Amino acid sequence: MQDQLGGQYSTAFGSLGQYEKGGVEVINDNPKHYAFSNMFEVATGAKPYEKVAVAKNLEYVLEVIRAEGTSGWRATPHDEFALVMDGSLEVELLDPDEQLVSDDASGSIGLEGTPAGKPMGRVQAGRGHMTLLPAGKAYRLHSDGVAVVLLQTIEGPDTVYRWADICQTV
Amino acid sequence: MTMIETTMTETGPNASGYKDFSIGGFTFSRDEYFATITWPTGSHQMDIGQWLRCVQRDVAWGFFYGIVNFDAVIGTMNHYGNVDMFAGRFNEAYRRAEVDYNENFDHDELMSCFTAMLSDWTNEGYDPFAAPMETGSAYGPSRGENDMAVTRKRVVAQRMVGVPGDEPIRSDESGFPINRGFADVPQDEPVISAEPGYEDQVCSFNLFAYLSRSDVTWNPSVVSACKESLYCPTTEEFILPVIHGNDRVEWFVQLSDEIQWDVEDRDTGAKRARVVMRAGDVAAMPADIRHQGYAPKRSMLLVWENGSPRIPEMIANGEAPVHPVDF
Ligand SMILES: [Fe+2]
Repeated sequence: MQDQLGGQYSTAFGSLGQYEKGGVEVINDNPKHYAFSNMFEVATGAKPYEKVAVAKNLEYVLEVIRAEGTSGWRATPHDEFALVMDGSLEVELLDPDEQLVSDDASGSIGLEGTPAGKPMGRVQAGRGHMTLLPAGKAYRLHSDGVAVVLLQTIEGPDTVYRWADICQTV
Repeated sequence: MTMIETTMTETGPNASGYKDFSIGGFTFSRDEYFATITWPTGSHQMDIGQWLRCVQRDVAWGFFYGIVNFDAVIGTMNHYGNVDMFAGRFNEAYRRAEVDYNENFDHDELMSCFTAMLSDWTNEGYDPFAAPMETGSAYGPSRGENDMAVTRKRVVAQRMVGVPGDEPIRSDESGFPINRGFADVPQDEPVISAEPGYEDQVCSFNLFAYLSRSDVTWNPSVVSACKESLYCPTTEEFILPVIHGNDRVEWFVQLSDEIQWDVEDRDTGAKRARVVMRAGDVAAMPADIRHQGYAPKRSMLLVWENGSPRIPEMIANGEAPVHPVDF
């Protein structure tokens, strides 16, 4: 299908290399009330595998992760979901021999070394792909280049908050 | 207190071929161009296409979170089990003149009134979920119906789209062709290699391809659930028909293209801000505003909701945060 001028619509996805941040035009409000940030900007300023919160609703958070090289293993007590916003990401899943994190904990925890367990499989994910990180299992992430991941999860011990740095304040 | 009969009644058809509906103190009628709404202290008219697009969203979302304003006068407020229908309640002039009106209904009763109205008032060839360039006209005398469109089921994944036994991914074969606005969106799927016995837990899907095949606009549906944290992405083109009045903080993640939001005070409608969101932007809508979005090209918006059943009580006790974060 074509647009009215006969050309094809061009869908704009952002990337680390190319994004155009919008913003809050204030009429009668404080821009901080909107906690406006941009995932690619956050990932640009983040260390590899830092878990930077870009959204928070009570205990739930969305974290931006700059995936670069290989992460440590992490265990999650509940489902998490990793959406690739830029680059390519490999997800490796492992079914641990023993419980690594309590069922009622929140957020994933980092593990020392490789936990004992059975390999569950791998996912090679590109932009737009969303991968389940299943409850009670362990995972590690890898990117040959740099990938930007948005993680749907719950606030955990490694969640990083830097709202004043990432959000529009004036 | 006056007891008002809340059972819905239908009469007609009228000269244009449409039924009239009434529930409690409200009556609803349509002619070739307009919906006319009356209540004990006033009346109101809306473009019928706009009316149908609003009622369609309200029905599909089960009255959604908080307030669904159809315009600056009419709308509904969800109390999760029961629902208010109001006129002028969130309009300063109506309130000051004391001609505003509010009536509480059982969820199912108002829902059945709206559902019957949608079925009778939607003509053949008109799809209230579609962008204006993708559908026929809402206007004119009654002709046919489009129940296939107005009774679409909203997708609600329990865990994640694509997980075995959960909501399926979309394809040409399943009746979801790529939308004209997303013809350039890559359709590649992730490469999954699951060890035997783990096929139902090693799961991934192309969310952007999935959204490129959405046949509705401004209709958030659940694709993943982390306990009560719900990813409700939606594809947007033209104008969000309703003005959503929040009862809790709601987050937007702009996945592609651009949407501009008008943000107003929830109670008075006074302008507070405009929010321009482009691909990669993340922003919250405070709990005391109402907002309406404008999408010049079909775009992908991830609406992120907290569906916790604790929240209505927190709202009632004034414990729910108004702003997303303090910093
Ligand atoms: Fe909203």
